[in-house]
Amino acid sequence: MPDDGRMEGRTVPFRGGGFAPRPVRLVGALVFVLLIVIAEIGTRTGFISRLTLPVPSDVLAVFGDLYRTGLLWKHLVPSLTRLVVGALIGASAGISVGILIGLFSYIRAGLVPLVAALFPIPKIALLPLFVIWFGIDEGSKYALIALGTFTPTVVATYGAVDNVDRTLIRMGQSFGLSWLSIVRKIVLPGAMPGILSGLRISLAIAIILLVAAEMLGAEFGVGAYILEAGSLYDLDRLFAGVVILSLLGVGVSFLVGRVERRLLRWRV
Amino acid sequence: MKLRLDSVSHRYGAVEVLHGIELDIPAGRIVCIVGPSGCGKSTLLRLIGGLEQPTEGRVVQIGDPPPDSLNPLTYIFQDFALLPWRSVERNVGLVLEDHALPAGRAEAIIADVLGRTKLSDFRAALPKQLSGGMKQRVAIARALAVNPAVMLMDEPLSSLDSQTRELLMDDLVALWDRTPFTAVYVTHNLAEAVRLGHAIVVLSRRPATVREVVAIERPLTERGLGDPELEAHQRHLWTLMREEARAADAELINA
Repeated sequence: MPDDGRMEGRTVPFRGGGFAPRPVRLVGALVFVLLIVIAEIGTRTGFISRLTLPVPSDVLAVFGDLYRTGLLWKHLVPSLTRLVVGALIGASAGISVGILIGLFSYIRAGLVPLVAALFPIPKIALLPLFVIWFGIDEGSKYALIALGTFTPTVVATYGAVDNVDRTLIRMGQSFGLSWLSIVRKIVLPGAMPGILSGLRISLAIAIILLVAAEMLGAEFGVGAYILEAGSLYDLDRLFAGVVILSLLGVGVSFLVGRVERRLLRWRV
Repeated sequence: MKLRLDSVSHRYGAVEVLHGIELDIPAGRIVCIVGPSGCGKSTLLRLIGGLEQPTEGRVVQIGDPPPDSLNPLTYIFQDFALLPWRSVERNVGLVLEDHALPAGRAEAIIADVLGRTKLSDFRAALPKQLSGGMKQRVAIARALAVNPAVMLMDEPLSSLDSQTRELLMDDLVALWDRTPFTAVYVTHNLAEAVRLGHAIVVLSRRPATVREVVAIERPLTERGLGDPELEAHQRHLWTLMREEARAADAELINA
């Protein structure tokens, strides 16, 4: 040890930190803008062939036309109706069945294998069947979207019910709460985080199925619009349709986020 | 109302956890149950409150609970068991909602118990905003709200730091002094047992039997930190438990 009163030696190297992503504003938007700018410059200069990508500003112009002619609403309103009706039926049935599976042994034993069998079926393959069952009109599309949202919602919901803190349920029993009170006031709110994160996935699946259903048979709707543009190899319109779908997805995710923030304010 | 345990035995599968427990829980007294870890103290408490059924023997209520008691056997849990999505007052209100109380009665009860546990200023707070000691005071307030005949306390102070523990012990003594309640208090902490127990039941290791019941006559309000009489009791309890605790510690789980 040196005895000159000064501290000798090296600073202990820092090796903590990291593994904690934090929200960073505007970076997401910047990536979008950057990609669009690259596409714009690339297609204008001819560096990117117009057969492979449309010019972003042309896509924007198509949007303007769609809006002015009123065609936007003509396609968007039926799509949104199908999405809302189908997803509402599928999600509410899924949450109810998921809670029943979470609470009752016999229902669990009976339905879990069935759900497991239904889950991997590409629902779109069943569309012809649904057309026979529910009609060529809206019925078959609602059914397709509903079934597509149903299975992931069931799985997420019963998993969430399984994860509800059992000590809270014992507490409810020890205070003599009724069965219904325990389910309504302890199980349901306790499962809500899991149900909502399942809903994010289910609703994205619903959008995918919406487009698929509309491609297979619809006069109006975003899917029909994209299909028509695709068969004419009209890339501007095709991309306009795809952008609408992306925006739809962002909008749905935003809505779920709002609901989460409202219902899950109690979380740490 | 008193409780009596009538040769209670309990087994989980092939493992006998409790064997022939005979115990009286007299009204207006705090009975502490101590024993080596894993000996079945908490199981015994769950049997007393009807959250589990004993394999043999029974738990008997002698006399009727007070007519205004909404939940005669009421637990206080080690991990508080508060609903994180409900504010302090709504956590207390939870246990009143299933009872058809006259208008305004529930609000009056909530205000009263929050006052008694010094939580009136925090009625709108969420559990995540509270310290451990405050959370347990909310749980105590919730238990008081149903006016229990017997409080069943499962290591209520064990997840708190030692300073908070001292404060809460004083609070419990003050609550008991104002209106003596009947309680079964399970703990592994001998200092808590000698501070709060009128009788201390020492259990042996698994299968647990009652080894000894130590009565402490000194009034709760006169017991303080570092009291020589209490320390003598504590030493006596530790000599009773020491070998058992060592043997229990060396046992393989589920072996």
